[in-house]
Amino acid sequence: MLGISACIFALAVSALLVAQQTHTGSGSEEGKQLFVANCAPCHGPDGDAIAGVDFGRGKFRRVSSDGDVLEIVKAGIPGTAMPGFSNELTEVEIRMLAAYLRYLAGTAQTTSAPGDAVRGKTIFEGNGRCLECHRIRGKGSRVGPDLTEIGSVRRLAELERSILEPDAEILPHNRFVRVVIQDNVTITGRLLNQDTFTVQLMDSQERLRSFEKSNLKEYVFLDKSAMPSYQGKLNPQELADLVSYLVSLKGMGSR
Amino acid sequence: MNVRRLLLITVASFFWEPTSLAQVSFERILDANKEPENWLTYSGTPLSQRHSLLNQITPANVKNLDLQWIYQARSLQKFEATPLLVDGVMYTVQAPNDVIALDAATGRIFWIYSYNPGRAHPCCGRVNRGLAILGDTLFMGTIDAHLVAIDAKNGRPLWNTTIARAKSGYAITHAPLVLKDKVIIGTAGGEYGIRGFIAAYDAHTGKEAWRFYTIPGPGDPGHETWEGDSWQTGGGPVWMTGSYDPTLNLTYWGVGNPSPDWNGDVRLGDNLYSDSVVALDADTGKLKWYYQFTPHDDLDFDSVQVPVLADIEWQGQKRKVILWANRNGFFYVLDRQTGEFLLGKPFAKVTWASGFDQKGRPVRVSGQTSSLVGTRIYPGNPGATSWYSPSYSPRTGLFYIPAWANSSSIFVKVPVEYKEGREYAAGMPKSLIPFDWSPVPNFRKEEEGYGAVRAFDPQSGERKWEFKMADVTEAGILTTASDLLFSGGREGYFYALDARSGALLWKTSLGAAVISSPMTYSVGGKQYVAVNAGNCLFTFALRQ
Repeated sequence: MLGISACIFALAVSALLVAQQTHTGSGSEEGKQLFVANCAPCHGPDGDAIAGVDFGRGKFRRVSSDGDVLEIVKAGIPGTAMPGFSNELTEVEIRMLAAYLRYLAGTAQTTSAPGDAVRGKTIFEGNGRCLECHRIRGKGSRVGPDLTEIGSVRRLAELERSILEPDAEILPHNRFVRVVIQDNVTITGRLLNQDTFTVQLMDSQERLRSFEKSNLKEYVFLDKSAMPSYQGKLNPQELADLVSYLVSLKGMGSR
Repeated sequence: MNVRRLLLITVASFFWEPTSLAQVSFERILDANKEPENWLTYSGTPLSQRHSLLNQITPANVKNLDLQWIYQARSLQKFEATPLLVDGVMYTVQAPNDVIALDAATGRIFWIYSYNPGRAHPCCGRVNRGLAILGDTLFMGTIDAHLVAIDAKNGRPLWNTTIARAKSGYAITHAPLVLKDKVIIGTAGGEYGIRGFIAAYDAHTGKEAWRFYTIPGPGDPGHETWEGDSWQTGGGPVWMTGSYDPTLNLTYWGVGNPSPDWNGDVRLGDNLYSDSVVALDADTGKLKWYYQFTPHDDLDFDSVQVPVLADIEWQGQKRKVILWANRNGFFYVLDRQTGEFLLGKPFAKVTWASGFDQKGRPVRVSGQTSSLVGTRIYPGNPGATSWYSPSYSPRTGLFYIPAWANSSSIFVKVPVEYKEGREYAAGMPKSLIPFDWSPVPNFRKEEEGYGAVRAFDPQSGERKWEFKMADVTEAGILTTASDLLFSGGREGYFYALDARSGALLWKTSLGAAVISSPMTYSVGGKQYVAVNAGNCLFTFALRQ
């Protein structure tokens, strides 16, 4: 959305947008999905792929209010590559999208140093020991989240926070649980599914395990992320490099 | 073929073919409990307790339940219908509007009637929840807002009445209710700015006999609860089957949300009779009384739940009441003769209201309204329960509710303009629990929402027990005279509980969400329990 020629926007309205950004968390997820599907192809997941436009920093052109955003999303910008979406999206969806733009502006990226994705890859696979838990394009462990497409679905600021404060936000599908089976054997793994009577997980050996709850001595969610914090373990440049590498991961087709 | 062989075949046919012993008179429907082998109306009887007097399957032998047969519907829509059962023949609806007659003992098809609906706008799936029968005629409401009469013997259509304009957003998804010589039906369309109504049609001709608008027009009482012209697009849909008390000759119906959803700014006022129960004279459709559960609703709390009629002890005296677990999270007991509010207590987590004033009007909590920036409110948009049936057992005296526990949504409102036939919904609530009808991986913690069967004592409003499910439920509840309770949930389990304690006695996995209300019947001395899950109808009976 807000396609290539949204770069014609020229006014930073971050203060306005941030002021209204009380609609956080899951309320923005709907807008995020719309953003990823409709806008990110041109604007990028951070909204900064078009020169002069940076949604993550609240930088627009020709925009001074939410109303302006809504109008441009609906009608597009004639004579430019920015199409109108009034036929593709409902009024409600357009407003959810605007709410997500507010969210982007309110959570601007915190990394200032330009990163080097090639160096970041070296850190990821070397001293960072990230492959011990994560997997990218078929390489690494399956126990943690597969990051092959992480650059398409997570923003730079979110990635940086996940590295420094892994406990700050754990998405439901990345939750870990601990079960204690007979003979007091404890198994920790990533939760894959659960129902009233059973639980499915991937254990540390990447085995797919299924248990009857009635046979378990304990079944608990882990409050903390299984990922260690890299706060103080990476210098600012290394952090920027690592984040740049992660941002570059767009799926199996990209190199 | 010689005569002797012909005679043998004739005799065999006499014994083997299900025979329609008699037409289904209205008296049979009223006295449905005298023939518990049948299931003659949507909720079993006009009192809608979804409680069967069959008792062959018991807490002691329920562990021996076995699958008998499956009907795989030729439809990818949700299979929400409760079948009717008449003297060995089962009638159900394959979504959207195929009527099917089956041998209830084997699942073999006698006939299929395929109705091809025109352009329609059902908000939430091209679904149908069942049929009504009178005499030898079946009645079905269609998603393009027609009422169709069908010959129960051969599946041929008899008449077809247009109930409302489908292009404007009217649709019919619930099973009709037969009252005397009339067929009662209401219209869905609360997300399209319809003006809802309940109407009666002559069972023989399809001609309209009376109509009650759920949104009162100019000059009618309650019209003043709508600002300006907002009543014309005020919603008030009806999409679940009502009930009937023959001693009072009143029929009770739940009414859905006001339009537009989630933003009441354009329809200031209480918005009667949205989110209300209305008691209508069965012969004239005149309003006898009403009770509004959620005045000026901005949270989409449709009050279409099946009204459960029961005679209970209330403060030392017998009282005719309605038991009502509402989508808004409260459990109500109302006097069904007068509409008097007797009791209202939360049956799930509720934050939008703190309680009731002396007249039974809910007291809204400040700030707990749909807003431009979004407000988290319990219960969430899917409600603490919804259309799937509760049950009341006169034996245990308990009321059983399929509940969504700890469920919330962020309610957002936006401006919206009415355009005929276009969605007239002014917001997009976001729930952590997805709308889905297949088992999907569940990562949620208990505090983020789970499903349950909860048993309540209507006299006190106290919860007696709870059966927890890890995922939520859109499965109704059936109880029986052997104190069994059958239900299911989104996980795809179908199970039997002890109705007195909630203890799990039997379960099976059907592989897809149970989005229907179970029923039971008997053929040839064998009791069956039937339920839909996914695209299939499953039947169970005791192992021989």
